Amino acid sequence: MAVRIMIDEKKIKTSKLLITSLLTLVLLCTNFTSAFAQDHGEEAEEFKPSETIVHHVLDDHIWHFFDGHYGTLYLPIIAYSSEKGLDVFSSSNFYDDHHNLVEYNGYSLEHGLSITDNHDASVLDLSITKNVLTLLIVSFIMILVFTSVAKGYKKNKGKAPKGVQAVFEPIIVYLRDEVIKPNIGDHYEKFFPYLLTLFFFILFGNIFGLIPGASNMTGNIAVTLVLALFTFFITNVKGNKGYWGHIFNPPGVPLWLKPLIVIIEIIGIFTKPISLTVRLFVAITAGHIVMLSLISLTFIFGSYAVGGASSLIVLFISLIEILVALIQAYVFTMFSALYIGLATAKAEHH
Amino acid sequence: MLFSMLLDMSFAIMGAGIGAGLAAIGAGIGIGKIGASAMEGIARQPEAAGKIQGAMLVIAALIEVAALFGLVICLLISFKG
Repeated sequence: MAVRIMIDEKKIKTSKLLITSLLTLVLLCTNFTSAFAQDHGEEAEEFKPSETIVHHVLDDHIWHFFDGHYGTLYLPIIAYSSEKGLDVFSSSNFYDDHHNLVEYNGYSLEHGLSITDNHDASVLDLSITKNVLTLLIVSFIMILVFTSVAKGYKKNKGKAPKGVQAVFEPIIVYLRDEVIKPNIGDHYEKFFPYLLTLFFFILFGNIFGLIPGASNMTGNIAVTLVLALFTFFITNVKGNKGYWGHIFNPPGVPLWLKPLIVIIEIIGIFTKPISLTVRLFVAITAGHIVMLSLISLTFIFGSYAVGGASSLIVLFISLIEILVALIQAYVFTMFSALYIGLATAKAEHH
Repeated sequence: MLFSMLLDMSFAIMGAGIGAGLAAIGAGIGIGKIGASAMEGIARQPEAAGKIQGAMLVIAALIEVAALFGLVICLLISFKG
């Protein structure tokens, strides 16, 4: 009897948990959709899905949350022009009362993205854009989380982990034992901090990008390129004799084939970071595009039925996107560890 | 006549649609094969289920990205129209 009651209680608990999580997700999705509706409610007649989607996926100088006076965050513009020197001003100067683009101080904004000088002087754009701000926010969250994890690790030495530490320590241990150690080998400790930072930065960026209204930071090719370049430089700077030997003097290859193999190997050095860059960029950006396209269906058809159906599909896609966020962070870290491991492997003679 | 047909943008958009479908077919075959062999592996060795599932998910993600490449390119084509 007691057992049955316990099981019933358990069942109720699980079903309660399921219902609450489902409700939260539905709320999140409706939030997303309503933000979208406000965004384009007025111009519903000439709704252009492609423009809207591209606008939402790209970087921007303003952060638009909702329509109205306080709905937009104007980010600072830092431009260095060869004629006028350094210039810092708010991007609200580029917009008039009706949200049309205007010129300011000899600068103009093209496509809402690139700053150009009207006298054809070259402009270096160092502005804090939406993505840069997201990057700073994610870094700040990471500093907060991981200082508390490190503190917890020191305080609870030899004891069970507590609080935030209890969430992240299993992930860190998993990464160390299952991903980094098998791929790099016993000298993994030198690269461990870099790979952990990489994993959590990508993970936090991906998850942050899924919040309605947030920006598409890890779906920006510049961000992923820089991450891949870190791995590229570590791989090639730390590459040992065996690594370079395999590239310029591949062992066990007939002499006439060697020039061809060397060319392929040299190309291979550069295709590794490119594949890392493009994989993360496409996976995240395509996820955003798919979600936004499904939401756009509501406004293309303009019906409640389609709206309900597409909200349900978006809910499903959002769940998959959370999985993709985890998997892409994992894959990026795993391949970085693999490349570093290949370049720094100790010479073994079988 | 032929030239103006080739320059017709609606054909490009149709091509984008066909291309996205082909990419989805390729990814479907790939992920189906992974799923099938993972199920076989788990049936033969139920104790290795966790490891097989992890590896399956990662490889499925790699294939999914290949399909997404196709999807993004097709979307870009259709946006041009």
